[in-house]
Amino acid sequence: MPTATEPKTTDLKTLTRDMRVDIIRMIEAAGSGHPGGSLSIIDILAVLYYKHLKHDPKNTTWPDRDRVILSKGHACPALYTVMAYTGYFPKEQLLTLRKLGSPLQGHPDRMRLPGIEASTGSLGVGLSMGIGMALAAKADKKDFRTYVLLGDGEVQEGQVWEAFMAAPKFGLDNLTVILDHNNGQIDGPVDQIMPIDSMTDKLAAFHWDIQSIDGHDLTQIDKALAKAKTVKGKPQFIAAKTIKGKGVSFMENNIAWHGNAPKKEDADKAVAEIMKNG
Amino acid sequence: MGKATRAAFGDAIMELADAHPEIVVLDADLSKSTMTQPFMKKYPARHYEFGIAEQNMIGAGAGLALCGKIPFVTSFACFLIGRLETIRICAAYNQTNIKLVGTHAGIGIGEDGTSQMALEDLGAMRSLPHMTVLQPADANETKQAVAWAVAHKGAVYLRLTRQNMEDVHGPDYKFQIGKADVIWEPASKPKHYQATIFASGGPVPEAMKAAKDLEGRGFMARVVNACSLSPFDDEAVVKFSKDSDRIVTVEDHNIVGGLGTAVCEAAAARACAVPVVKIGVRDFGESASPEQLYDKYGLSAPHIVEACLRNLN
Repeated sequence: MPTATEPKTTDLKTLTRDMRVDIIRMIEAAGSGHPGGSLSIIDILAVLYYKHLKHDPKNTTWPDRDRVILSKGHACPALYTVMAYTGYFPKEQLLTLRKLGSPLQGHPDRMRLPGIEASTGSLGVGLSMGIGMALAAKADKKDFRTYVLLGDGEVQEGQVWEAFMAAPKFGLDNLTVILDHNNGQIDGPVDQIMPIDSMTDKLAAFHWDIQSIDGHDLTQIDKALAKAKTVKGKPQFIAAKTIKGKGVSFMENNIAWHGNAPKKEDADKAVAEIMKNG
Repeated sequence: MGKATRAAFGDAIMELADAHPEIVVLDADLSKSTMTQPFMKKYPARHYEFGIAEQNMIGAGAGLALCGKIPFVTSFACFLIGRLETIRICAAYNQTNIKLVGTHAGIGIGEDGTSQMALEDLGAMRSLPHMTVLQPADANETKQAVAWAVAHKGAVYLRLTRQNMEDVHGPDYKFQIGKADVIWEPASKPKHYQATIFASGGPVPEAMKAAKDLEGRGFMARVVNACSLSPFDDEAVVKFSKDSDRIVTVEDHNIVGGLGTAVCEAAAARACAVPVVKIGVRDFGESASPEQLYDKYGLSAPHIVEACLRNLN
C-alpha cells in the first residue's frame, strides 16, 4: 500500500509551521485568497495526509485510494500546500495560485489538478458527493474511505442537512466528516450571522458517531481520525474547534482576514511570527 | 397511442441493466412516477432512495459517477432544475458521468398544475457546458437515447413526458446525437414548402397533425423532430431554410431558452433568410386536461396550422 512519509508528531509540528509560511506566501503572491480558513484547517489536513490517508501522489487514479473532498473549497491554499508537501506537485508551483493557466485555481478544480477528487467552492455540495463516493465503495466492496471537510458557515446551506440525514440511513461507516468550527464567516461571527450551535447534539440526533477535538492539537486530530476508522455502521462527525487565522496573531479571529491577501509587509510580519513561535 | 417517454425510459434501464452492472438508479420519493420501480425491485442493491431531497441526490449521483458508476438520477424535471446550482457544480463543472432524468415535462402533465410543470429546464440545461440535452419523442427514440447516454461518458439530461406519446419513428430509426430527423413530409416530396415545423417532446404529434391538415388544404409542410437540443443540429436549420418560406418551432417549454431559441440562434448565426415563428408557453400553466391545456396555451394542431399560414407582415 503506497503511503506518504510518516514523520513523528514533532516533525509534523515543524511541517505545519512551514506549511503556514507557504500558505501566507502563496496568498501574498496571488494577491487574493482566504488565509483565515486555510490556517484553521492546515493542522487537520497535515495529520490526515501524513498519518491516515491511503494515497499515492504519483498515481492519483488508483481505484483503492481514500478520497478527500474540501467542501469549504475557498480554503484550498491549505490543501494545495499539503499536496505539494506530500509529492503531488513541486512546491514552487504553490506560487502560481490563482494565476492564468495554473492548476491551482481559486477554488479546487479536479479537471485541472490531479489529486483533487471533486471540484468545490460553491458551499454545501461537497458532502453529497462524498456520500456518492462512500456508496460506491460499499457497492463495490472496496475499503477506501471518504473524508469531507466542512466549514461551519457552510453548514447553513440546506443541502448539507439533506446529506446529514442521508449518510446514516445508508450506514456509511466509511465516511468521515470533519467540521472546521472556527466561528467565522465573511459577514461576521457564525453565531451571529446564523447560529449553528450544538452541532454535535444535532448530529448525534441524526445518528452520526460524534467526536469533539481541538483542531490544532496534532495528537487529538490523530487519535480522532484513528478512532473514526474503527466505527461500524455509522458515519463519523468530528467537530474540530479551530481558530480562524491560527498562528498569526493579527489574523486570529479577525474576520478581516477571511478573504484578504496580506501585502508584503503583513506577510513578512506573519511569517516572522510563525517562525518565531513554531 | 404509444407509451409515455418516461415509461420507455423505465423499460430501457431494465433492458440495459444486466449488460451494464455499473448502472445505478437514484430516486427522490417519485419512483412510481419516474418508472424506476421495476429496476428497484429487480436490482435493490443498485437502487438508492434519497427521500424528498433532490440536491443531495444529485450530488450523491455525481459522487457515484466519480467512482465509476453510471447513475440515473430521476425526479420530475421541475424538481431537478430547481437544484440548478448543484447540477452546475456536481454534474457540469465536475464533468461527471451522471444521467439526469427529468420526467413530467411541461404543461402536458395536465391536472397537477403549475408547480409540477417544468417549463424552464431546457433553457437552464442548454446553457451548461459539458451537458448533453435530449428530449426524445417516442418510445423507440427514448430507448435509443438512454442506450446512447449509457455509452456516452459525460453528463446527460433526458427530458421526458408524463403523457403517452404516438410512435412517430419506424422500427428502422437510428438515433444520432446532434441530428434532427424528418418524421413527416408530404408523399409528393415537394421542392418547396410553406413551412418546416421543428418540434420536440410533447407537441410532436400535434405538429404531425398540423402538417397533415395543411397538406389536405394544399399547403406543404414537413415535420422535423429535434431530440438532441444540446448539441443542436444547426445544419438542419440551414438546410430547411433554403426550401421553406418559414420555420415554425413547437415545444412544451417556455418560449425562451428551448427549441425555438436554438433554431433562432442557428438561423441568425448562419444568416438564414427565413422567418422563425416560435410556439411555446408564454406563462405558467394551470390545471386542466393535457388536451385542454395544449389548446389553451397554443400548442395544439390548429395553432400550429395558424402559425404556418399567418401573414407575417
